[in-house]
Amino acid sequence: MKFGFLMREIGQGLSRNVSMIVSIILVTFLSLTFVGTAGLLQAQIGQMKTYWYDKAQVAIYLCTDTSPADACPQGEASSDVKATVEAALKDAALTPFVERYYFEDHQAAYDKFQEQFADNAVAKYVKKEQLNETYWVKVKDPNKSAVIVESFTGVAGVEEVRDQRSYLDQIFSILNAASIAAVGIAAIMLASAVLLISTTIRLSAFSRRREIGIMRLVGASNFYIQLPFILEGVVAATIGSVLASGAVVAIVVFFVQGYLAQRLPLTSFVGVDDALLLMPLIIGSGVVLAAIASGFAIRRYLKI
Amino acid sequence: MISFSNVTKQHKGAPKPALDAVSLEIERGDFVFLVGASGSGKSTLLRLMLREEIASRGDLFVLGQNLVTIPSRKVPALRRKMGVVFQDFRLLPNKTVFQNVAFSLEVIGKSSAYIADAVPEVLRLVGLEEKADRLPNELSGGEQQRVALARAIVNKPDLLLADEPTGNLDPATSAGIVSLLEKINQNGTTIVMATHDVGIVDRLKRRVIELRGGVIVRDDKKSGYETALPITDQVPISSDTEPEQGNEPEQANEPEQGNEPESRISSTDQAEEQE
Repeated sequence: MKFGFLMREIGQGLSRNVSMIVSIILVTFLSLTFVGTAGLLQAQIGQMKTYWYDKAQVAIYLCTDTSPADACPQGEASSDVKATVEAALKDAALTPFVERYYFEDHQAAYDKFQEQFADNAVAKYVKKEQLNETYWVKVKDPNKSAVIVESFTGVAGVEEVRDQRSYLDQIFSILNAASIAAVGIAAIMLASAVLLISTTIRLSAFSRRREIGIMRLVGASNFYIQLPFILEGVVAATIGSVLASGAVVAIVVFFVQGYLAQRLPLTSFVGVDDALLLMPLIIGSGVVLAAIASGFAIRRYLKI
Repeated sequence: MISFSNVTKQHKGAPKPALDAVSLEIERGDFVFLVGASGSGKSTLLRLMLREEIASRGDLFVLGQNLVTIPSRKVPALRRKMGVVFQDFRLLPNKTVFQNVAFSLEVIGKSSAYIADAVPEVLRLVGLEEKADRLPNELSGGEQQRVALARAIVNKPDLLLADEPTGNLDPATSAGIVSLLEKINQNGTTIVMATHDVGIVDRLKRRVIELRGGVIVRDDKKSGYETALPITDQVPISSDTEPEQGNEPEQANEPEQGNEPESRISSTDQAEEQE
């Protein structure tokens, strides 16, 4: 196959259907940007999980006099209760799961509360007896925190056992839903991109039916006849996917790093390196999709 | 070279087969005319040889390949050994004469050095070396058909199929095209030409195969166009084929090509004048 001939054929095809080619570029650009955004969200979720799950602890809240009666019929947890909990945490059954734990008494809880709500009126009214004494348990494997939760839930004198992860999981499930929505939109747009590519290729083949007829008669191989058309779709989709990966990098640089990270300095966000990792994925899927779509279209349209 | 044995082509939905159990042999270097009314099966015969269509029944060998069983991927290689010209020339309007001929070599992957040699040579053969840079619409019909011929033979085919190549041309121009075909034939290329041109067939005195209703009714060496009448009565198949087509080939010919009797007469005259 001669390169010059091929380039000329592709160039002719592209210039003949400029508006269709532009629409292929736009549709692949938008759909792959959505794919990339979904990828960024997943990367963000992953990053937040490793960051926050690592800090997440299981809190064993002991009863106070002001606790609801159905959870704490005996009122304030006695020292017996504390001894039972402490013994259980040191027991061989739980030590494989527990990395470390510490006890937070009324005074410590009160100090922490005052610090957290320093500007809030509620800080003035709260009494330290109202705040739970708490065993903070750091688990070795965040995925097995349920063991701790189950071991202490319902134990007399324990008001509630709470895995901090459950708060985080709500955030993650929102982010997850957002990324699934992005993937869903991307899937619909990719489907329309595929249809658009195959329509364009058919149109292109139709406008060149004279040439194709002669090529077949003089014995050009199928491959030779079809390759310019397939590459035509691939070139257009490649331009679209390069634009999309550029857009994904731009989203990270200008929105995530330039805006979100400035507003929420304590949260870790995806960086440009994550976006660069997504780049070959975006471009690759654009190229493969276009090759399959146009190859399929031309094969159906051109039979020997 | 070409061998049909009991080849039948039945198109889907058609009541009668386009070709019905046709058998014929064409040797290397032959120059064969296919004559017959429209719908008699000439074009189907050519399309079968090109493997544009596949025979429904029977065996068909062209250039050593069985065209009934040949896999699609081998068809391009077969077609490279054949050339085709049509009544409507089928040139690419946006390419010059040179580019039109070069295109057929480019798409089968010939080097540009080869193309730079082969194209001027074949244009000289057809007498168009002066007009290599013209576009097809700047040429006369005869010149356009010469370009089409140049394109068909530039790859030095063993077999040239011509489907009414003079159908759109005036008699003098037709004679020029035919003498070019004879020259090509003398260089060893087998030629099968479907035609309605009485003058040409009568003048050349070559092998004539006449089709009627998908059946060969005549296969004569060194014959003319009109001798069909007495022979058709002797051939048993023809008597029961198609009465509605009429036994007179002239009648059957009239409606289709605009080949009026006057033009036929003049074509004979013109052809003789040329000689």
